[in-house]
Order: sequence, then structure tokens, then C-alpha cells
Amino acid sequence: MKIDSKETLMSIREEALSRIAAYDCRILVCSGTGCIATGSQKIYEKFSEIAANTPGVTVEFGPHDSGAHVGVKKTGCQGVCELGPLVRIQKGDDVIQYTKVQLDDCQEIFDSSVLKDEIVDRLLYTKGGKSYKGPDDIPFIAKQTRVVLKNCGKFDAESLEEYIASGGFMALSKAMFEMGPDAVVNEVDKSGIRGRGGGGFPAGKKWKQVARQPEKIRYVVCNGDEGDPGAFMDGSVMEGDPYRLIEGMMLAAYAVGSSDGYIYVRAEYPMSVARLRHAIAVLEEAGLLGDNILGTDFSFRLHINRGAGAFVCGEGSALTASIEGNRGMPRTKPPRTVEKGLWEKPTVLNNVETYANIPEIILKGADWYRSIGTEGSPGTKTFSLTGSIENTGLIEVPMGTTLREIIFDIGGGLKEGAPFKAVQIGGPSGGCLTEKHLDVPLDFDSVKKFGAIVGSGGLVVMDQNTCMVEVARFFMSFTQRESCGKCTPCREGTKRMLEILERIVAGNGEMEDIDRLQELGTMVRSMALCGLGKSAPLPVLSTLREFKDEYIEHIRDKKCAAKVCTKLRTFVINPDLCQGCTKCARNCPVNAISGEKKKPHTIDPKKCIKCGTCKDNCKFDAIYIEA
Amino acid sequence: MLDQSYYTKTDEIIERYGKKASSLIPIMQDIQEVYRYLPGELLEYVAGQIGIKEAKAYSVATFYENFSFEEKGKYIIKVCDGTACHVRKSTPILETMFKELGLSKKKHTTDDMMFTVEMVSCLGACGLAPTMMVNEEVHPKMSPEKAIDLIQELRGENR
Repeated sequence: MKIDSKETLMSIREEALSRIAAYDCRILVCSGTGCIATGSQKIYEKFSEIAANTPGVTVEFGPHDSGAHVGVKKTGCQGVCELGPLVRIQKGDDVIQYTKVQLDDCQEIFDSSVLKDEIVDRLLYTKGGKSYKGPDDIPFIAKQTRVVLKNCGKFDAESLEEYIASGGFMALSKAMFEMGPDAVVNEVDKSGIRGRGGGGFPAGKKWKQVARQPEKIRYVVCNGDEGDPGAFMDGSVMEGDPYRLIEGMMLAAYAVGSSDGYIYVRAEYPMSVARLRHAIAVLEEAGLLGDNILGTDFSFRLHINRGAGAFVCGEGSALTASIEGNRGMPRTKPPRTVEKGLWEKPTVLNNVETYANIPEIILKGADWYRSIGTEGSPGTKTFSLTGSIENTGLIEVPMGTTLREIIFDIGGGLKEGAPFKAVQIGGPSGGCLTEKHLDVPLDFDSVKKFGAIVGSGGLVVMDQNTCMVEVARFFMSFTQRESCGKCTPCREGTKRMLEILERIVAGNGEMEDIDRLQELGTMVRSMALCGLGKSAPLPVLSTLREFKDEYIEHIRDKKCAAKVCTKLRTFVINPDLCQGCTKCARNCPVNAISGEKKKPHTIDPKKCIKCGTCKDNCKFDAIYIEA
Repeated sequence: MLDQSYYTKTDEIIERYGKKASSLIPIMQDIQEVYRYLPGELLEYVAGQIGIKEAKAYSVATFYENFSFEEKGKYIIKVCDGTACHVRKSTPILETMFKELGLSKKKHTTDDMMFTVEMVSCLGACGLAPTMMVNEEVHPKMSPEKAIDLIQELRGENR
């Protein structure tokens, strides 16, 4: 069915709403990357089979059937990935959230909650002896403010009908028939939304600059190259609500007068690519992408480019070089992307989350948007909460929320109640925040003051089992590997910094190494060519500032308190547990273990190469690591 | 020497994206999807077809980590070493895989062309760390023991 005018869009919306309201029940099976990994596709098939074989139940799978009683739908990320596979049973406004659903549970859920109104208690989310029925009752979700993730997990991510029913394309229609391009740019500018990809540059300013370029061929590009290890927010949006991202890009294209757009998605997200391809095909079929959209003279085509495994392509000028078919290497600026971006034409380049915010801003207005978040950083921010935390998953909170609220109220505190040590924010381009930062409202500016960045929003929580020197080494080895090699400070500087860190964790560091790291880090920070190079030393500089003692301990005392650094571990045999079975002595590659048969053995620390073979093979758990 | 079928297939892929310089990366991606590696002969052929120098094609192909001139195994195992997986102990999983399959950081593919083991920087399923991906399927909450079980299961499928 072609949607070729405002009127058809509205009538399709009415139809979609009444069709969805006619459902008795919807079974919403999470099909985010996380839940698929825990087996949710089989759960989906099982529910489909049960529904189809139950007499008296008409079931709907596809989007365009009518008169059905029960719908079985695949949704985007429902949020608590760790408890997957996740399933929601929805009857009107009444929703039950089930967790860890196994194949054997499906029939019981169907009989109790679909056919009747009973709840299967054992599959509810429980916390501290209390169980929670609906998703919005769960503290993890109840304490969030969802704008970008509004629909994520609530409906069929592939269905255009469901997107339209939820208010989809109403913003585009408002922009095109009530506002005009200039008013759209002004509204986005007024909203104060800042780019969610890391830099925090105001999106409205970018759009304004593109709109006033003399060159009339312009491009709209979406950065979906979410390369930060430990971040999956953008992937979840592309999977869970692809139409919202596309509508955001269409609004940008309409506002700046562009007729071609590109989405650059990283290769490790096959699901995102598949969902976006599907969405683009559906929109082309409906006439919402292509020529003369909604009967106007606005035309827009959208293309997908898959990344090929280069982190540096998350940098704007490297990303556009990659779309052009070149090595993804950043170039010197100016000229900026807004003047000469893709194919030397003025280009609006924003990330997934930024575009996904735009439809709500246009629909509800800049003032509404500014009412969320802080003065300097309006709106919400999505974070992926991982590491040593009770509830891992995808969250969205207003800017200005404190770390304490995120980690303890939403995240449920650290795993097994361990004491909090630090949180790494902004991935390899960010830094660590500690105890003393717990009560600071997080926004673009406040985090910068502490020598970290909000970045794209990865939050990795660390406890006493994490060695901060090792973490710094880990990030440096990542950025070093990913350095494109164009500029000397990054290519050589990160290499030397990595060598120093490697010798420190191996117990061969010198006290002067601390000054060397500081000096090299400051140099790379100020002299690298691109933003990624400039921020590469941040994890080292911030751990040096917050955890200098750990560095000194590694260098001077040759100790790693977290017992992580292999070369600094001391293996000891507990004589009370050792049975003298001689297994460890026989397995030791350097003959460092001695002792009589049936008597406790000992390890000669001078000979030991810390390989851990003895510990791994001891049947009596008699070998431990001394801190 | 590759037989004619490779070139016929490549023509088909070139057709999909058009004979222009910007088609290089998607064409290489699709060739690699079909053959699990990028044969040098085909890359040179593509360069000629889309009108770029062979040197340029090689410079682009070698820049991106995903392109491989060596044939990969039937099962491409990507062990995630993103931050979340790293702090939940992904390194021992990688080491176990290397040990089990007789591979190393230098040797990625087993001689029987069954397994290729690589380390990647994030699969986007951080909530289920540590993870790994076998071809396109993500496996959650891994451990060295589970990794060995999985390899044995995959070996079993081929007996």
C-alpha cells in the first residue's frame, strides 16, 4: 500500500491503531542481540506453534492480518539482557514481564497468562525477595526516562504499521506540512540537543551550517559505527526501532535540503544491518523513501554501508572516506564536514542516538526537550551498563543523573555487593570516575572536567578484582592496534605508551615510567590529528591521576592487589589442603615444585614462571594466589 | 588459478553495486561472504572492472581488519575481548581455544580448515559477557569449559 499523502498516512494510522486495539493479547518475544544469543528465536517459534495449534485462537504473525486474537511478535531489546530470554504478555495496558523463559515454560505461560489472566510467579523478575509483574514496576526500568528507547521492546521492530501506530512519521508530517525546513532547523537548534556520539557538539548548529552552504548537493550521514568496546546502545536502537532512526535522518534531510543519506553500520552488528535493510525496503515499497515523499517535492534515498573492522571509522572524516571507498583515515580540519564532507559536499553527520531523538523533538517541541536534562546538556542519554554490576543492560536517563543513581538505584549495585572501585566511562576515549565522583550530575561538561568524556555511553563498572593498570594497558593496546598510522603522535606515541604499560604489568617497570607515561600522554593528547587519537591517552592519564598508588605498587613492590597481572602473582600451596599427590610437581614445566609423596609440597618462587598450571590442575584447591 | 565460476560470481557481485570506485568495499565484503576470504586474483580483477589501480585496491583491502587474503575455516570463531568481556575474564577463553585447536596469535586457522579463531573488540552483547560468536551466532556467558564443549559439539556435527 502506497502512503503518498498526508491523508493516507493519517488513515493508515487510524487503521493500525484500531487493528492493534482489537488484539486480545500480544506475546512479545525479545529479539535483541542478547536475547537471541540466549535462545529467544526458539521461544518465538514455540509460542507461534502453540498459538497456531490451540483451538479457538486465531493467531497473527505478520503485520497485515485482521481479526486475530493473539499476536506473536519479535521486539527490540527489552532491557534486562542478563535475564533473557525475555517475554512480555500484553493485554491492553496490562503487561507481564517474564524472564529466563525456557521452551518448557511456553505452554504454561500460554495457558495461564494468554488464555486466562493468571501469572506464572516463578518467571517474574525478582529482587530482594520481592517479585515484580510489569516491566515498568521493575526498579531497573521504572527509574529510567525513555525517549530514544521509548518503543524498544514494546513492539514489533520490523513492522511499519506498529511504528506508525505509535506515532511514527507524525513528526515528518508535521515538519513538512506545518513547519518548513527553516523551522525544523530552528527547532532542533533551540532544543539544544548535543551530538550523542561523543563530542557533544550541538546538532542544531551543524544543521544550520549545512543549510547555509552555497553548494546545493548535500548529504545526511548516520554514524552507526559503534566501535567502543563495551557499548551497545546504538546497536539496540538500530535493532529495536529502526524506523525511528530513519525518520530522524529524513527530518535532517528535509531540513537541510538533502536527497541522499547513508547509514554506516559496523560489521559486527549483522542484526542491525538486517533490520535496517528490511525497514528501508518496506519504506521504499510504501513510498516513504524515494521520490516525492507524501506527495511533495521532497525526495530522499537511503543507503547502507557496512564497516569493515576499523575503529577509526567512527571519526567523521574517516567514516566519509570509507563510504567513498578509501582507507578510513581522518584528515586535517578545516574544512569541516559541514562544509566539505562526503564527496566534498556539505554533510550532516550525526550518530544513531542523535537522529533517534529528533522525531520526539519535532513532535513535542524544543521546550519539552529542554525540560529534561540539564541547562547545558538537555535531554536524555542512553548508557550500556556492564562489568561488575548486578543488572547489566541498556538504560536511558536524563542528563544530570548521578553515577550513584545509575549504579546503585538502577544498576542494583555491584555484583555480590562488592565495594565500588571505579567506573570506566566513554570507552577507550574516556577515563575512569571514582567514589568521589559518585554524586556529581553527569553531563557533557561535568564529565569533561574530570578528564573523562561521556563518549557514546559505555559504562563499565569495576570492583576490587579489577586492576586499573591492566585496564589502562587493555585500552592502550586497543587504541594502539586501531591507530590508523597517519599521524606520528598517535602512531608512535601510543606504541611507546603501550610498551611502558606492558613492562609495568610484567613487573619490569621503573619509577621513571610514570613520568614518561604522563609526558607521552600529554603529547599525544595535544598533538594527534583526530579526536580519537587525541583521546587515546585518556584512560592512562585518568588512572594515573586516580590510582597512582597501583602503578607504584606494580613498579616498586612488584605486586598486583587485584591478582590480575599474571607475572606478578605469587602461587602458594596451602599445606593444610595439600595431599601430596604430586600432580602439580609432575605438571610444572620448570620443576619449581618439590615435596615428598603424601606430604605437603612447596613452590620455589624463584623458579616459578606464574603459568598457573598447578592451580588449574589441583584437585584439592590447595593452591592459591597471594596478593 | 581460480576457475571461471569465481569470475562469474564476482561479475554478479560487481553488478549489484555498480562499476564505480565507491563500490570497492561492499564488493570485497560480498566476495568474502561467499568464499570466506578475499582471493588476490579477484581483488585485482575487481580493480580493473571498477576502474581503480590494483595498488589502491590492495591499500584499501589491507587497511581494514575484516579482509583476509588467507582462506578461513568453516567455523569462524570470534572471541570477544571488549571491555565488558575483558573484565569478566575473556582472555582465558581465548587461550583455551588456542590450546584446544593448536592455534596461536600468528596461526588463526586449523590445518583441516574447520576452525578460525579471532579476537574481536565488541559484539554488542555486553550484558551477557563474556561472549563469542561462531559464524553469525552469538554465544552468551562463556567459560573455558563451555568453549571446549562447543568445539567438540561443532566437531561432532562434521563426523
